[in-house]
Amino acid sequence: MAEQAVTDTTHTYPEASGLRSIAADFSSDRQAFRDVSWGKAMMWIFLLSDTFVFSCFLISYMTARMSTTVPWPNASEVFALTIGGVTLPLILIAIMTFVLISSSGTMAMAVNFAYRRDRRKTAILMLVTALLGAAFVGMQAFEWSKLIHEGVRPWSNPWGAAQFGSSFFMITGFHGTHVSFGVLFLLIVARKVWRGDYDQERKGFFTSRRGKYEAVEIMGLYWHFVDLVWVFIFAFFYLW
Amino acid sequence: MAQASAHNQGQQHPIRLYLVVWIWLFVLSACSYFVDYFQFEGLPRYSLILVFMMLKAGLIIAVFMHMAWERLSLVYAILVPISAVLVFVAIMVLESDYTLLSRVSFFGPGT
Repeated sequence: MAEQAVTDTTHTYPEASGLRSIAADFSSDRQAFRDVSWGKAMMWIFLLSDTFVFSCFLISYMTARMSTTVPWPNASEVFALTIGGVTLPLILIAIMTFVLISSSGTMAMAVNFAYRRDRRKTAILMLVTALLGAAFVGMQAFEWSKLIHEGVRPWSNPWGAAQFGSSFFMITGFHGTHVSFGVLFLLIVARKVWRGDYDQERKGFFTSRRGKYEAVEIMGLYWHFVDLVWVFIFAFFYLW
Repeated sequence: MAQASAHNQGQQHPIRLYLVVWIWLFVLSACSYFVDYFQFEGLPRYSLILVFMMLKAGLIIAVFMHMAWERLSLVYAILVPISAVLVFVAIMVLESDYTLLSRVSFFGPGT
């Protein structure tokens, strides 16, 4: 009996569905997430932990904003920009949102072409993604310098509650850092794709594991997560 | 199983799907921008912001991150812990209400 349980790990259960399949997966002998590579599972778990980090920032922002007796600055006016004589509220933030969403779109297509083993298109789409990401960081730098110029500091600002500055710099700064590192990793993975590392299964520099096109999808998970976080920041910090 | 075969060849979906989702994300972002542009106030503002936010987040997670085609055990392992965040939000809402109350009653004008 015991021997059979050990040898017969792959075909023990007929494929269950729903909650039963979850129970079967979590109680299985070797691998909880069947058919999911460790790289992808670990990226998801990392993203979960990152979710908690960003949640803590957003929750502390919420707490500061809800508990202050001083009026909160109106984001719609603070982030307004005058273009050609017309003052548009939040316009730069809106453009940044569209840029980041577009980069997510190109990334998703890069993942798709990667699984079709289309080296050229994958690399080009990843480079476009990196370019859009860099554009996003550039606009953020512009936003920061504009606000700093107007006198926003982590401890004070001209319009209201002092916590506005600290929340703004903390949340967008941490997100911008994520985007910057994402751009860096995009360039690294794009270079590997271009060179054909994943076609030749060339071994990784640090991991010395065989290169697989799944690396592009894992990179994509991170990039979409960065976009996902921006959705929440846009909603809670800029629009609320 | 469709799930298992999807994994053996990697995720394969038509490009059209991504383009459609992309367009939807654009539309939803534009909608949430217009919530601010047209100066919605009060409950409509907050509910619209939340609805558009959840729709965008759902589309990104389900389609772009391929969560819709992942194994159910992975989906649950990632999504269920996030409910802890909601509990934390609830706790901090109560806490900040209390802080505000004490600030108003002890440091407010006229005391």
